[in-house]
Amino acid sequence: MAYGPKIIDHYENPRNVGNFGTQSDVKARKDIGVGLVGAPECGDVMQLQIKVNQDTGLIEDAKFKCFGCGSAIASSSLATEWLKGKTLDEGLAIKNTQIVQELSLPPVKIHCSVLAEDAIRSAIADYRKKNGLPVDEPSSASVH
Amino acid sequence: MSLKLPIYLDHAATTPCDPRVVEAMLPFFTETFGNPGSRNHRFGWEAEAGVDAAREQVAQLIGADEKEIVFTSGSTESNNLAIKGAAYLYEKNPAGSGKPRGHIITAIHEHKAVLDPCKRLQKEGFDVTFLEPGRDGIITAEMVEAAMRDDTILVTVMWANNEIGTINEVPRIGALCHRREVIFHTDATQWVGKMPTDVEKDQVDLLSLSGHKMYGPKGVGALYVRRRRPRVRLQALVDGGGQERGFRPGTLNVTGIVGLGKAAQIARAEMDADADRLFRLRKKLEDTITGQLDSTQVNGHRERRLPHITNISFGFVEGESLMMAIKEIACSSGSACTSASLEPSYVLKSLGVGDDLAHSSLRLSLGRWTTEEQIDYTADAIVKSVRKLRLLSPLYDMHKEGIDLSKVQWAQH
Repeated sequence: MAYGPKIIDHYENPRNVGNFGTQSDVKARKDIGVGLVGAPECGDVMQLQIKVNQDTGLIEDAKFKCFGCGSAIASSSLATEWLKGKTLDEGLAIKNTQIVQELSLPPVKIHCSVLAEDAIRSAIADYRKKNGLPVDEPSSASVH
Repeated sequence: MSLKLPIYLDHAATTPCDPRVVEAMLPFFTETFGNPGSRNHRFGWEAEAGVDAAREQVAQLIGADEKEIVFTSGSTESNNLAIKGAAYLYEKNPAGSGKPRGHIITAIHEHKAVLDPCKRLQKEGFDVTFLEPGRDGIITAEMVEAAMRDDTILVTVMWANNEIGTINEVPRIGALCHRREVIFHTDATQWVGKMPTDVEKDQVDLLSLSGHKMYGPKGVGALYVRRRRPRVRLQALVDGGGQERGFRPGTLNVTGIVGLGKAAQIARAEMDADADRLFRLRKKLEDTITGQLDSTQVNGHRERRLPHITNISFGFVEGESLMMAIKEIACSSGSACTSASLEPSYVLKSLGVGDDLAHSSLRLSLGRWTTEEQIDYTADAIVKSVRKLRLLSPLYDMHKEGIDLSKVQWAQH
């Protein structure tokens, strides 16, 4: 598939790759929200972790890892860039269509942007749940 | 000499034309341009002589008589003519009789050019059994025998698989079919020109082959149709001027046929040396990659396979992103993201390769001009890229933390 320059750039120089510790580390930390969406069988798994400053309520840092195609990697890389410095509500306002537009994703890759939006919502929901805040949100993978 | 990029390792998709093939074809565009059907002037006779020579070259490559070669547009057409043509002619009960028209045996990991004609026949009232290979990808004579019924009229099993390169038990399946008086067709697109073929010894009745998989031109192929013991008859699928003994009417593609003939002649002379060399290079590629990376597997039987095709799954890395990382290497992937259907490879799934590993696979196929230097570069690029992508992969982290990925409840879409 011939990709646009922005996808290639995020794929070749992904921003904010990593995590804030192992699965069990981050589970125990109240300032971290984790979203793990997709499934290996579907060819896409995104893990998005947000670190929230509990005084200001701002997303201080965000990190991702992604098993998926170039568009999936670019979508999750972009999501981490956009999340930094935002409030949780501002984070929830990020829509997949904005990601599609920014990266010029081809039609067959729109599901990658949907997955990135799911990852954002799921990470924010996880943070809220840990901190006893109201959650209206979605399903994420669970590690047993 | 410095390495020229990109490197072509997709010879199972198509091969470049051998320059000797192009040279043989050229006069037939401009000088010897006649229609071989023109029986009463020199232009027609010369074109016919070119076609006759090519027919003999193709026949010699597979141990057939030249009267048994029907030129077509390629393997897809050859497969359609063989499967549908035989089914319509050997049917046990006519359409509309309400009874099954006849039973056909094939396998689920055949090429679509075999599966789709079989599925059409199924809709038209034939019964079709789709055999499932074992984990090694191989269809055995025993599997075919177990599926045979009194009303079985046709067995169609490919000689070597296009995605994984595994070799089915063609001579044994052929012998079985002859014993049971069932017509045996094999799609030998990936086999012919690479491996020795003898339709007599191998007991094949119908065989499809293609020019562009063996360093010939695209748009030309052939169907071998056995003439004696048994004499195989087919119902033509196209009506017209009676060319190719009525099996395939239409003015002959003289340039393509001449090219196919030349490609067959070269293959016959050089296949043994090519096979030895490519086997060594493929082995080196596989050994280097699997030696340096954990959680990596070669798909399909390790020995019973073509010398030049390998299919490798890289755990925790997705195929399309891997292909982006090795963009200087042209190859194929079983990943859904590289196909129009968004489904991972049905061939790998048929071997019991999980969807996750099917998404993570590369098919690398070597050819006549593949060099050791190219293989070294490729192995190195793949190892580096897989390592880099695993740093990005949440699944590889989880794997290293000892989490069993099959026990995770994934949020499905």
